[in-house]
This record gives sequence, C-alpha cells and structure tokens, in this order.
Amino acid sequence: MSDPLLSIEDLQISAGGKAVVEEVNLSIAPGEMVGLVGESGCGKSVTALSVLRLLAEPQIGVTGGRLIYDGTDLRTLPEKRMEAIRGDEIAMIFQEPMTSLNPVFTIGAQMAESLRLHRRLSARAARDEAGALLARVGIPAPQAALDRYPHEMSGGQRQRAMIAIALACGPRLLVADEPTTALDVTVQAQILDLLDGLRRETGMAVLLITHDLGVVSQYCDRVAVMYGGRIVEEAAAETLFAAPRHRYTEALLATIPAANAPGAKLPAIPGLVPPPGQRPPGCAFAPRCRHVIERCRTEMPPLDGDAHKARCWNPA
Amino acid sequence: MTLLSLDRLSKTFPTREGGSVKAVTEVSLDIAEGEVLGLVGESGCGKSTLGRTLLRLIEPSSGRILFGGRDLAAASPREMRAVRRDLQVVFQDPFGALNPRHSVGHVIAEPLIVQGIGTRASRRARVAELCALVGLPETAPSRYPHEFSGGQRQRIAIARALALDPKMIVMDEAVSALDVSIQSQILNLISDLRARLGLAILFISHDLSVIRHVSDRIAVMYLGRVVEIGPAQEVMERPLHPYTQALISAIPQVGARQADRIRLEGEVPDPAHPPAGCAFHTRCPRAMEVCRGAVPPLGRPADTGRAGQVACYLHPVAS
Repeated sequence: MSDPLLSIEDLQISAGGKAVVEEVNLSIAPGEMVGLVGESGCGKSVTALSVLRLLAEPQIGVTGGRLIYDGTDLRTLPEKRMEAIRGDEIAMIFQEPMTSLNPVFTIGAQMAESLRLHRRLSARAARDEAGALLARVGIPAPQAALDRYPHEMSGGQRQRAMIAIALACGPRLLVADEPTTALDVTVQAQILDLLDGLRRETGMAVLLITHDLGVVSQYCDRVAVMYGGRIVEEAAAETLFAAPRHRYTEALLATIPAANAPGAKLPAIPGLVPPPGQRPPGCAFAPRCRHVIERCRTEMPPLDGDAHKARCWNPA
Repeated sequence: MTLLSLDRLSKTFPTREGGSVKAVTEVSLDIAEGEVLGLVGESGCGKSTLGRTLLRLIEPSSGRILFGGRDLAAASPREMRAVRRDLQVVFQDPFGALNPRHSVGHVIAEPLIVQGIGTRASRRARVAELCALVGLPETAPSRYPHEFSGGQRQRIAIARALALDPKMIVMDEAVSALDVSIQSQILNLISDLRARLGLAILFISHDLSVIRHVSDRIAVMYLGRVVEIGPAQEVMERPLHPYTQALISAIPQVGARQADRIRLEGEVPDPAHPPAGCAFHTRCPRAMEVCRGAVPPLGRPADTGRAGQVACYLHPVAS
C-alpha cells in the first residue's frame, strides 16, 4: 500500500463536555475506498465532518488528535488555507443533495462558480467544463441539464450533479456521507459504480460513511466499524465480513435478514446504543453483548491486531 | 379464506397543470386471513398510495376493495368506522404518528376511546396487556412518546394498531427508519404477533431483503401496476419479470463481490408521463417491439409450472 493521503490520529470530538468520538485512528491511501460503518449515533458522521473542519463549533468540536492530510495537520491550518483545501483537495457529498445545492441557482451556475473560483477558468471555459463533468457522471443531455434548477431534477440526478460539483476541482479525497441512502436501490447501484469507477480511474481516495453493510462489502477495500464513538474493528472488507472478530460486528452481521432463513427468528441484539455521556466505563457494547466477560464492563479494550484490528476482550 | 380482495383498484391524482397522474392503475390482488403479502417497489411506484387507498385514507378513483365481504370503496363514513376495528395501519415515522402531548397510555387506548369500547379501568387493563404483548415496559403508559427511542416508538404504534384486535394491519415502511439492530427486534415482534394473533399484514417496503423475510407472497409494483406477484420463494429465487430480476440483483449483499449484477440505466419515469405499453420498456434490457404497444396483462405464464403471475411479453399468459 502506498503512503496514506489522510491519517486520522487519536481523534477526539466532544460536545457539551462529553466525548462523542474517542481514540479514532484511520488512514486512507490514494485510490482506496474505505468504509466507515455503524448505526445512528456511533460517531461516523461527525468523524467525517471533522476531516473537513465542518463541525458546528462551538457546540461540537475536535478536542484532541491530529488530522494529517498530505503531511500537514489540518487542525493547525488557518481557516483561509482550509477553505482552499475544501473543494480543491478534499470534497464532500451528503445524503440529501437538496440541502447542499442552492435552490435559486441553476446547476450550471453552481458548477461554474466553483470552477471559476478554484480553477480560475473563464466563464465560457467553466461552462464547457461543467457540461463535460455532468456528462462524466452520467447525466443525459448535459448541456440542457446545466440550465436546470435542482428541483427540476430527480433525486438520482441531483446526487449525480452534486458529485459532479464535488469533482469539479479534481479532489484527491472524497468524503461521502450516506451518498445513496435516500436513493432507490437500482439508482444506488449506478451511483456507487460511478464512484468506484472514478477512484480507479483517477486515484481519488474515498471515505464512504454508511450504515449499509452490503454497500461496504461490495465496494470498499477496507472497513472500519464504529460503535459508541470508537472504532471497534478494522480490516480488509473481505476479511472482516468473512470472519468478524469483534462481537458487535459479529452480532450485526448475524442479525440482518439476508443472513437468516426467511421467516426465522432473527438473532436480535437486545437493548439500545448508549448515548454519549451514558457510555459504560469498559466496552460500550458490553451491556448488549452475549459473550461479555467481567473485564469488558470495567476496562476499555485496546484496538488490537495488525491487518485485522479489534477492540474486544473476548473476540470471536 | 380471502380476507381482502382488490378488484381493479385505481387512484388518479390531478396535477397542477390540469393533467393527471395515475398513481395506482387497476391493481387486483387478494390477501388471505393470516397471510403476509409483501408489496415492494421503488419510490413513486404507487405502493404507499395503494396502502392508503385501501384504507380509504385516500379516496379510490375506481375499483373495489372487498374486505370481509364488504366493498370499502362504497362504504359510508359510519361503516368505515366499524371496519377500522378490523383493519389498522402502522406508518414509517413513529414521531409523526404519535401525538406528543398524549401519554403513551392514551395513545395506545385511543382507538378504544374513539370506538367507545370499555370503561376507563378496562381500557387501562387492555393497555397494560398490549404493552406486555409488544415488549414495552410496565411503566410505559404514564410516559410520553418523546421519552422513547425510535424502536420503542414503533412498538407503541404497533400496540395501538393492535388495540382493537384487528384482522389485518397495513404496515407502510414500518421498519425502514430503524437501525439494523433495532430493525431485527421489530421484525421478530411482527412474526411473533402474527403467529400468536393470526394477523394478516400488507407489508409495504422498498427493502426486498426485509420483504423476503416477512412475506408469504410478494407483489412487485412499477409505475402504478403490479408487474409480478407470487409465493415469496418463487419471486425471489426464480423471478420472471426483468424488473424483479434487476431489483433483486441490485441489492448489495454482504459477502463475495457480485460480479454479474444486472445494471439498469436511467430512473423510474415521471408517473405523469408514463411510457406507452409496458412502463418498464424504457429501462428494460430485454425490451422488444411489442413492449412499446399495449400494456402486457398480468397472468399466470403458460409455459411454466408456476403459482405466481407476471405481466411481461417474454412470458405470455395462458389463455
């Protein structure tokens, strides 16, 4: 594997004096697609936002650790430099494109703005480039699409347009937060194929945040599973899904309907995810774990292992 | 025995431009007592409209809704109120469906109050019974919906739907907003209740793996019409309609990379301007000339020993 493009080191994020994310270490190499997976409230989305320094401070902010991008700690950069990096170097796409596209400007105008700003293209050249980008993300009749407003497009087209905008400056890292969760399954496949093709073609790295284990399994090289604000397991996707070590990952994979005979009782995970501030002192999963041992309740397990890491005192 | 029978049920909405959208077109299907029928399709296919129309939350444009021998499409408001005892609904969003100002006990007892059933004391006893049935804590009735998690709120909605001991529940994306670990708790609850109470369920979802898990039979909708319907195993393991095949193939599975997944181009067309003939022909990898002509009829294919029905010219219907 080549040198990482991004290394998240000992990241801690806090809100209202409570740690929301702790001890997160994760790196991404050029051209790699890494999945960050977990259920609501596990801390995956705030981890993603912190990379772009987009957390809603002061309510929530990074309180420890380093975000090394291409040799520089993003946390130490002045906001001006960070602004240049956002878009130019690191781009982000979200679940609902309607919230990040501006409803009063046409798609073409929004793309041209970013192209003129970051790449200093003329108006004419920016429009040509915008059309080419729309064509590349698979929007039919791209020239006509430039003059459309976001509400005139379908959900899938808007998501493509947002990807086109994100790609406008040729980012080296794309952070994609649930990019296909709001889309139909046939359109989801198209969008994920598109991202997969782009990273293979351009060497763009992708950090894919999702709750969907199937998506991660089909598209990611590596996967990190989060629970209760920490990464509890990390491995090559193939390894992790074939032989999970952490008891949470194991239980999660066992409980999905597709892993069970139709109609059979699902091996459910009892209880709920503990909210930040109410996490137990030991492993956050201990109260729900059927393999819990005494030590799990009192002592936080370390993230152990080389290629296949797990934070578990009693792993599978 | 057949409990619910839809006979060429249609729902057309007027558009602002003076046109119309056929959200549901001539859907005919049956649900037997105690049966779970899964209704699956992508956004805009009409599955939710179908659910709401058969409940008369939306007025049907034409067709019949036979429930326990009575045509609901022609029922008076008074008759409908009586029918609601036997026909209930659970929606996706437990936040929107539960009145935040009422205690959980009141929320669950509401159908009993509306129907004028029981005394205060007997209703309280019934609420306690229902809480136990759906796995809510004994203290739940005196608390408020916002104090509960999404999964618990869905249990509250289910308890309320069960209050009148209905014969059938329409569940519209009832587990779609839940995390995987909570979703399986609710799916287990649904199969438990089904086994104990002999409930019939119309289970509407966009998620085929969930549908496969809970359903006896599956109906697949595309742009307002049922394109394939049959026993769950037959539809999932040997789908005939190219749309069903693509839908199943598009689900990303945990495990080995699926190399030969069917890729559909484009998206579901605008229901206000559906393509002529088979509405799927614009995306169908196997479209033929005939598909652009008339709408293919839904029926049992002549050439196979199948129990289900399909609407596709690749599989001509037995005459």
